[in-house]
Parts: sequence; C-alpha cells; structure tokens
Amino acid sequence: MAEVGLKLAFSVAQIAVVMGIVLLTVMFLTLAERKVLGWMQDRMGPMEVGPYGVLQPIADGLKLFFKEDIVPAGANKFLFTLAPILALVPALIGFAVVPFGPNRTVELFGYQFQPFVISDINIGILYILAFTSIGAYGIILGGWASNSKYSLLGGLRSAAQVISYELNVGLAIVGVLLLAGSLSLVKITEAQAGGFWHWYIFAFPFPQVFAFVVYVISAVAETNRVPFDLPEAESELVAGFFTEYSGMRFAFFFLAEYANMILVSCIAAALFLGGWNAPYPGTLLPENLAWVEGVVWFAVKVYFFLFLFFWLRATLPRLRYDQLMRFGWKVMLPIALGNILVTAIAAYFFPKG
Amino acid sequence: MTGTELLLDYLSRYFPVFVFVVIALLFGVVTLVISHFVQPKYPEAEKLSAYECGSEPFSDARMPFPVRYYIFAMLFVIFDIEVIFLYPWAVVFGKIGFIGLVEMLVFIALFLVAYVYAWRKGALEWD
Repeated sequence: MAEVGLKLAFSVAQIAVVMGIVLLTVMFLTLAERKVLGWMQDRMGPMEVGPYGVLQPIADGLKLFFKEDIVPAGANKFLFTLAPILALVPALIGFAVVPFGPNRTVELFGYQFQPFVISDINIGILYILAFTSIGAYGIILGGWASNSKYSLLGGLRSAAQVISYELNVGLAIVGVLLLAGSLSLVKITEAQAGGFWHWYIFAFPFPQVFAFVVYVISAVAETNRVPFDLPEAESELVAGFFTEYSGMRFAFFFLAEYANMILVSCIAAALFLGGWNAPYPGTLLPENLAWVEGVVWFAVKVYFFLFLFFWLRATLPRLRYDQLMRFGWKVMLPIALGNILVTAIAAYFFPKG
Repeated sequence: MTGTELLLDYLSRYFPVFVFVVIALLFGVVTLVISHFVQPKYPEAEKLSAYECGSEPFSDARMPFPVRYYIFAMLFVIFDIEVIFLYPWAVVFGKIGFIGLVEMLVFIALFLVAYVYAWRKGALEWD
C-alpha cells in the first residue's frame, strides 16, 4: 500500500506541475496573441495593465471569475454546465503522455519515476486522439444546450468540421507510425535522436513532409482557428457555439481552445520535429545537464507552432464552408492516403538497418 | 513476466492517467462552484432571453437541421474505423514483411473504392 501512496503523491505532484505550466502558458498566450496581432497590424496591443500590459491576462481571468454567469431561460441547465467541462478536460488530460524532455528514470525517496512524462503508456498517440475527439462533444452540446439559433449553427458546423479534419489527422500520423513502429510518444521521439536529418519530417526512406503539412493544416482546423474558425465566425454567427456563454463557463471554452493549441503543437513537435531532440547529434551541455537542453528545444519547437497560429490569424481570411469541406475531403484526404502508400512501399524496400 | 505482473505493470502505467482525469474534472467542477458563489446575480427576463441581435427571439432554436451534416458524420464513422485498422498494421509493419504489405495494399484499395464511390455519388459536395 505504501507504494501506491508514494505513486499517487508523485503523480499528483507531476500533474500539478504540468497543469500549472499549461494553464500559465494559456494565460500568457492570450496576451502574446494580442501583442503579436497588434505588432503585425502596427499597433501596440494591450498596454494599460502593468508594464507593457503583461498583467492583462490576470485582469481578464479575475474579471471572468467574478462575472455573472448567465444561463438563458430556454437552455438545458445541466448540459449547459457540462459542455464547458467536457471541452476543457480532454484538452488538459492529453498532456499526460507528452514527453517534455529526455526519457530518464530518477530515484527520489526510494521511488523511481520519469520526470519528463507523466505516464509512458504504449498507446500514447491513440489515447490523445481518443480524448481530443471527446472535446467535440463539449462544443456540440454547448451549441445545442444554449437553445439559441447562432449557438446551434455554430455547434453543428464545428462538429462537421472537427470530424472531417480528425480523419486527416489520423491518416497523417500513420506515416510516422510506419517508420517508428510504436504508438508511444516517448519511443517515437527517441527514434528521432541524432540530428535533424533523423526527424521524421526529413527522414529516410521517405520524408514525412506531406504528412506534416496535412497534420498542421488539420490541427489548425481542429482547434477552430483562423482560417478555419467557422464555428465562431463573428461576422455571421456572432460567436458561434458560445454565443450564450458568459463568465467562467465562457472562460472554460477559451481555456480549452488554447490548451488544445498547445497540445497539437506538442504532438506536431514530437511526431515530426524530433520532440526534445536537438537538431545536432550529441549535446552541448555536460551530461548531467543535458535534460535542460532537451526541454529548451522542445519549448522552442512548441512556441514556433504557437507563433504560426497567430501568424496565420493575422494573414489569412476565413474560408467559406463549402470550401472548407471540399478542401478537407477532396484535397487533404487523398494526399494523406497517398503518403501512407508511398511510405509503406519505401519502408518495405529500405527497412531500418 | 507472469500474467499478474503484466496486469500490475499495466495498471501502474495507467494509474497516473486516471489521476490526471480526476484532477482535471475536479479543477473544472471546483472552479465553477467557487465562481458560482462569488458572482453577482441579477436575473431579468430580457437578459435571460436568447441572443438574436436585439430582436425578440422567435420559435424554438432546436429546429431540424440539414441532412448534409448527417451524411458527413456517417462517412466519418466508416472512414475512421478503416483508419483505426491501419494503426496496428503500421506499428508491426517491420515484422510482418511482404504479406503484410500486400494485404494492406488490398485493404487500402478497398478504402479507395469506397472513397471514389462516395465522391462520384456526390456525397462529398456541400452545396
């Protein structure tokens, strides 16, 4: 029993750290997004709260926490409350299998644990795909429970969009699985060690560039970001599925969207860009500090993707709905499928030595 | 490893995931409950009505919706199951050799037949 207690204590501590980092990142991502958008449009962004506006996210969070939480008269109260939780929880628990740094075992108080991954389960990527699909329920339930026409339309649009692009994400990942021979994100990352030419985006025998592009575009669509933000298209649907939401419940949808952005960025970095592996063989820092380098490289890759999200938002106009569906089903799907065929044949004729 | 050890190993790997699910759920529920007690409440009929750009909301919002959404949902279910079949195959690809490659080529060919059929039938057209 003592062992179970120790495991529980270590797990809770690890989870608290990971959740804390994710929620802090979400808070400051909202600021970063407004700042980056501001600079790209030759504005300053938020400047009022704190020096250069750095305390803006705290002010926003406090405001939402103490705001009146309005439940519309015709809404289904239980589902209306359940929906934001259903959207937020899957976005958070996906981080359970993401390796943030080198895979090593540390012994502390006679207990062995891996400091940089909460749990290395052997179906890691499948677990993430399964749980992120549940997030779509949060959106569609929120849209339906509000009993507002804008919310319902936003929820329906979102459901159709998320499932269409979910398929492309699933297909794009198969190419990497073929080369790695594992579903564990830890093993997939480890297989890409030894320099950037081992990353799956460039790897022999068939570089997964196409899969990477399909994955990134589908990830943007899955997180409902510009140019695929039709579920919340403010010029046609007011705010889409969260039109009727206010206060903390609204904040949960917001948190879920940003946590999902971080999660898909982590997966993209781990699957295609070598995760915590540096782009050169070996390490620059001494052996016992090598983990710092790993964590930093992982963070750099994740922030690159997050910046890409903002960049796209500042650059591209929104797609029309029929364009979105046609692009997903008639362009992305054949590319992803073709990538699997070519990768399989290449991997058969040039097996890993 | 024996069966019991395998089971224990399995459980100990999924234990942190289970703890994470519980903590994430608690975080959501507790935050909403605390927020519920610290916020002001001034309900008004106007405020609680559904938002329709300021005009009076008419009819119930839960109306029948276009069948298009339904067709795409069905296509997704079928194709996604086929994708799930590709996962175990991809993981053991290095071990199953030529037979595995040919069998999956046949499987993907069947997938393509269904895809081309849906395309030609116009199921992938939105308008």
